[in-house]
Amino acid sequence: MSVAHEERAIAVTVPKDKSEVISSFIPADFDVPTGREEEWRFTPLRRMKPLLTALPQNDGATVEIDGDPAVIGVDAAQGPIQPGEWLVPVDVVSALAWAGAADTTLITIPPKTDLENPVTVTITGTSTSYQKLRVTIEHDSSATVVINHQGTGQHAENIEVEVGARSQLKLVVIQDWDRDAVHLGRIHSHVGRDATLTQVVATFGGDLVRLVSTVDYDGPGGSAELLGAFFADAGQHLEHRLFVDHNEPHCRSNVVYKGALQGEHAHTVWIGDVLIRAKAVGTDTYEINRNLVLSDGARADSVPNLEIETGEVSGAGHASATGRFDDEQLFYLQARGIAADDARRMVVRGFFTEVLDQIPDADIRDRLWAAVDDEIGAVGSGVGS
Amino acid sequence: MAELVIRDLHVSVDGDEGPREILRGVDLTVRSGEVHAIMGPNGSGKSTLAYSVAGHPKYTVTSGTVTLDGEDVLAMSVDERAKAGLFLAMQYPVEVPGVTVSNFLRTAATAVRGEAPKLRAWMGEVKEAMGKLKVDQSFAQRNVNEGFSGGERKRHEILQMELLKPKIAVLDETDSGLDVDALKVVSEGVNRIHDEIGTGLLLITHTTRLLKLIPAEHVHVFVDGRIVASGGAELADKIDSEGYEAFVASEEAGAKA
Ligand SMILES: Nc1ncnc2c1ncn2[C@@H]1O[C@H](COP(=O)(O)OP(=O)(O)OP(=O)(O)O)[C@@H](O)[C@H]1O
Ligand SMILES: [Mg+2]
Repeated sequence: MSVAHEERAIAVTVPKDKSEVISSFIPADFDVPTGREEEWRFTPLRRMKPLLTALPQNDGATVEIDGDPAVIGVDAAQGPIQPGEWLVPVDVVSALAWAGAADTTLITIPPKTDLENPVTVTITGTSTSYQKLRVTIEHDSSATVVINHQGTGQHAENIEVEVGARSQLKLVVIQDWDRDAVHLGRIHSHVGRDATLTQVVATFGGDLVRLVSTVDYDGPGGSAELLGAFFADAGQHLEHRLFVDHNEPHCRSNVVYKGALQGEHAHTVWIGDVLIRAKAVGTDTYEINRNLVLSDGARADSVPNLEIETGEVSGAGHASATGRFDDEQLFYLQARGIAADDARRMVVRGFFTEVLDQIPDADIRDRLWAAVDDEIGAVGSGVGS
Repeated sequence: MAELVIRDLHVSVDGDEGPREILRGVDLTVRSGEVHAIMGPNGSGKSTLAYSVAGHPKYTVTSGTVTLDGEDVLAMSVDERAKAGLFLAMQYPVEVPGVTVSNFLRTAATAVRGEAPKLRAWMGEVKEAMGKLKVDQSFAQRNVNEGFSGGERKRHEILQMELLKPKIAVLDETDSGLDVDALKVVSEGVNRIHDEIGTGLLLITHTTRLLKLIPAEHVHVFVDGRIVASGGAELADKIDSEGYEAFVASEEAGAKA
């Protein structure tokens, strides 16, 4: 299988301060990470061992698709497909996942189609699985696609997203794993001319989740709204890495990731890299990560990084803030008669509002709010104990 | 008829060099229908008194009692105090990101009243209260205190007071930062609640500006963690013209003796 991929090994430039990154479909092109590498230094590698070794058994995962097959070209059993046009693995896990996935789940929305109801893909892990998904929305269309991850096991996945010219795609990727699951994922989105991608990543479950979301553009006028919400409990490692490559002029990106942490050894990592290339004049970009630490013993790492190679940007900024839960807010609400647990819930919910209120579909929004409430419920009972 | 009774209240805060006593024996009684004013130099402990009555966790009551209609306030949690009918308009109201004023007010009213107000009637009630306090209706959809100007925050405090209808309210420098017109609107609001339901008021203030609009029949001078003098409205005028020097000096002399 890897033979067919050989000539596709392409080197892409990434922010200069990072060493030249290898991009390849061939797992053997990569060194197995030791934990000393910049991009792996936060990740507890021993908890994802099965995904680092060469092609273990792919036991598969159940993939269910809920959407109108008459409108969308859905094929969960396509067999091997050509390597992605846009997504090229940049690490061994992604390369292994590409090589190891038997089928590709294809979701194709034809041109000039406005899908009313979301297309939902539910991936249920069992033991070890590799997945490959390709979401394509052709030109002048609009749609919402939801990808749900649930179940257990060790799971590596590549999702390739292509947004056609003038189309609008809302992509929601939910990590609702069982507490012991491990998920290493890569999402690459290629945003067309005057197209808009709204991507929401919500990570609540799992033992170790590490998602690398990269974006580039196909022409001017593209816009990427990248939203994330995550909630790490005791012992969970939730890592979100973003790289927005402003490779075309007059494109926009806005990254807002919000995370809450609670419990001993709850660990979150957020790395936000934005590169504005020399030709990308008129770029407008902003990225922010905020973390709310609800208890002692939790740790949030947050590293925004902005590289600008042109003097003609229309706006570029980044911010990162990690703070303790504000007892003054709690006091203020309680002083108005609101019981401590409810006040705490309001403050934590308030923290996530900025992200969750932007979720397009009411059902999904309600579901994620319910997930947040569950997490807060666990927090409430954890406090003072 | 409600009665807040503070007796020999001693309160400490934890500082870098261990606990530090801020309130050193406060005695004060505020009843329904009464208006009290507390005036005192910066750092004398006025806000500490207000926070201690409201139950802020940073302040430790080391001795003394606070009761509301005979009930032990100090044994109550912060929210229980509010439900019992105490209200504190804060000197520095905090922002609560992501929580709208509308959601906040309704949650608070539901908690204090013990049941959720009927939606339609409630909306009318809020609208009317906002109108009277000249708070723009758009504030309902804004996040609590987020981006509010100093004066807007103070008006928002009084809006809450109007909706929660407390038995006894402590207003910590609600007048500071208000322009002339806003001061008028706010004091009208406070007077209205006072007249309508007889809320007992404890006004913490630095100037007689507020006391001209909300006449206080009891004025207390607060120095170094306690009330050192009490009197009528004339006491406020005296402070206005002469300052606290005389009180501070006599307090120091008293402390040495
Ligand atoms: N949480 C705290 N930690 C440490 N010191 C505190 C704390 N709260 C109050 N203090 C100290 O207690 C003293 C009294 O403060 P307080 O805020 O009660 O004064 P105040 O009379 O309200 O002053 P102002 O007129 O400036 O509002 C001050 O010296 C203050 O620094
Ligand atoms: Mg004060």
